[in-house]
Amino acid sequence: MGRYVIRRLLQMIPVFFGATLLIFLMVNVMGDPVAGLCGDRQCDPATAAQLKKEFGLDKPVWQQYLTYMGNVFTGDFGTAFNGQEVTELMANAFPVTIRLTLVAILFEIVIGISLGVLTGLKRGRPVDTTVLLLTLVVISVPTFVTGLLVQLLLGVKWKWIDPSVSSAATFDELIVPGLVLASVSLAYVTRLTRTSIAENKRADYVRTAVAKGLPRRRVITRHLLRNSLIPVVTFIGTDVGALMGGAIVTERIFNIHGVGYQLYQGILRQNTQTVVGFVTVLVLVFLVANLLVDLLYAVLDPRIRYA
Amino acid sequence: MPEMPEHHDEGSAIASTGAGGATDLAMSEAETLEKVPGGPDGTGPDKKARSLWSDAWHDLRRNPVFIISGLIILFLVVIAIWPQLIASGNPLDCDLSKAQEGSQPGHPFGFNGQGCDVYTRTVYGARASIQVGVLATLGVTLLGSVLGGLAGFYGGAWDGFLSRITDIFFAIPVVLGGLVLLSVVSNNSVWPVIGFMVLLGWPQISRIARGSVITAKQNDYVQAARALGASNSRMLLRHITPNAVAPVIVVATIALGTYISLEATLSFLGVGLKPPTVSWGIDISSASQYIRNAPHMLLWPAGALAVTVLAFIMLGDAVRDALDPKLR
Repeated sequence: MGRYVIRRLLQMIPVFFGATLLIFLMVNVMGDPVAGLCGDRQCDPATAAQLKKEFGLDKPVWQQYLTYMGNVFTGDFGTAFNGQEVTELMANAFPVTIRLTLVAILFEIVIGISLGVLTGLKRGRPVDTTVLLLTLVVISVPTFVTGLLVQLLLGVKWKWIDPSVSSAATFDELIVPGLVLASVSLAYVTRLTRTSIAENKRADYVRTAVAKGLPRRRVITRHLLRNSLIPVVTFIGTDVGALMGGAIVTERIFNIHGVGYQLYQGILRQNTQTVVGFVTVLVLVFLVANLLVDLLYAVLDPRIRYA
Repeated sequence: MPEMPEHHDEGSAIASTGAGGATDLAMSEAETLEKVPGGPDGTGPDKKARSLWSDAWHDLRRNPVFIISGLIILFLVVIAIWPQLIASGNPLDCDLSKAQEGSQPGHPFGFNGQGCDVYTRTVYGARASIQVGVLATLGVTLLGSVLGGLAGFYGGAWDGFLSRITDIFFAIPVVLGGLVLLSVVSNNSVWPVIGFMVLLGWPQISRIARGSVITAKQNDYVQAARALGASNSRMLLRHITPNAVAPVIVVATIALGTYISLEATLSFLGVGLKPPTVSWGIDISSASQYIRNAPHMLLWPAGALAVTVLAFIMLGDAVRDALDPKLR
């Protein structure tokens, strides 16, 4: 187990540096990092040259990347456009987005898996067909359309919720945005669980469990569900990164000041430090989530051994 | 569907391992809508054995999901090419004095914030979506299956290198990558958006193609071809490709729908297509500011977008049901 974790951690290193280098190149080579520093006007060439020298932007890109990464590992993510430390922005933004992602994942697990089990057990019945059609519709409507419609109906027409979330962004304010963020993945989780349950329902171990007289409830939760959850856990694990990145859209619609909001501002104002810093952390989150998923396999399926 | 040569007739068993080897979500999440009763009846002893492709086509023709989604897509393609067939107006012909007005005779969907006819703009918006979806899918499929297929066939260092590269691309959230990359592009044609999708989309197809080529190359007939002295290119083109292409086609069809959705999302965020290109994403984005007073400006393009994505996803589902013999 220990050796496996170490090997996986070593494998993460090139992926981490590759992904951050890719983003670094996109931002630095394709954009003009000093353009955002002179406000809406264009910088005059002398100022631009001075600024470039000051930030070390006249050096080759690989050197800039090494300097940046060196700073990141000492906890220095640079400063944002308004003089705030990027780490300070992160300290404010990440808790909000983590809350939002937690709400979304909770919805995926609770609603997605329950619907999946229900439809998988009742395959071919009207319940199954209805839920399947619903998931198709949810998958087809892009998240930003779902978000706008939910905001229009619940927030403006029926006044059940506040159309925009306050800066505190407490859990109860994030319920509806979390559901919107989760919607597409929720539909995928439902369909994955359904397929998996329907496949395993006919497995020998389920028949054995029923034959030895276990109550139906125990057969489903202890035997059927545990074996069917492996693909679902994989999906939810890889989805953590996608959810935090996809939060850009949801956070923009509901005016939530989280990671997506800061990233969007950083990109609009061409603030290299904010963008690269936030993306670096997101990539790390994604990699760690994937590692955790692989370790969870052993818990779900004891036949899997890590050497 | 192309007619396959005679010796691929035992194709269903072969492709069964190919389809099962692909671990993509779209593949492992098997079977969605119940198939029409009846199924394939060509297994009788007196009938000639059919290839996977003619068998799949036989199934598809009887699948209502395929027929409905196929008709919707055909309609969308026709109006994407000739929008003037059903919309006589000009989508850029706007009259500010009519801004936000509701439906009127001759203008069934009303007017948008700039006083343009919403019906005309919704019809013309199909072009950008279909163009981006189809071209991005073609690019992703070509690049991904060539790179992944060669990696799977030759293995070795190139395979290891390519797998690490795909890992790197998978670690970058798509919407985020789009925002970063496209925010610096000032060109307002569809090409930057398509280029971005190809750049970030090929690893998905490459993984599928690699997996199914590895499965296909272990088959006996490939070993037999090698023993008979067939060249690498002949084995790849004649024996492996026809038997490894099914999973790629399925994933590509479903991906087409998601690319259309992604284009609209990027346009909504202001980095995808830009005016004067007519796009559902742009129209939804500008309508969202007036959502309280004039929701009709948002509902029509959003509905068109949802139906389009739904049609492609349903088509992909139907094709998967037909091509995945495990479900038969």
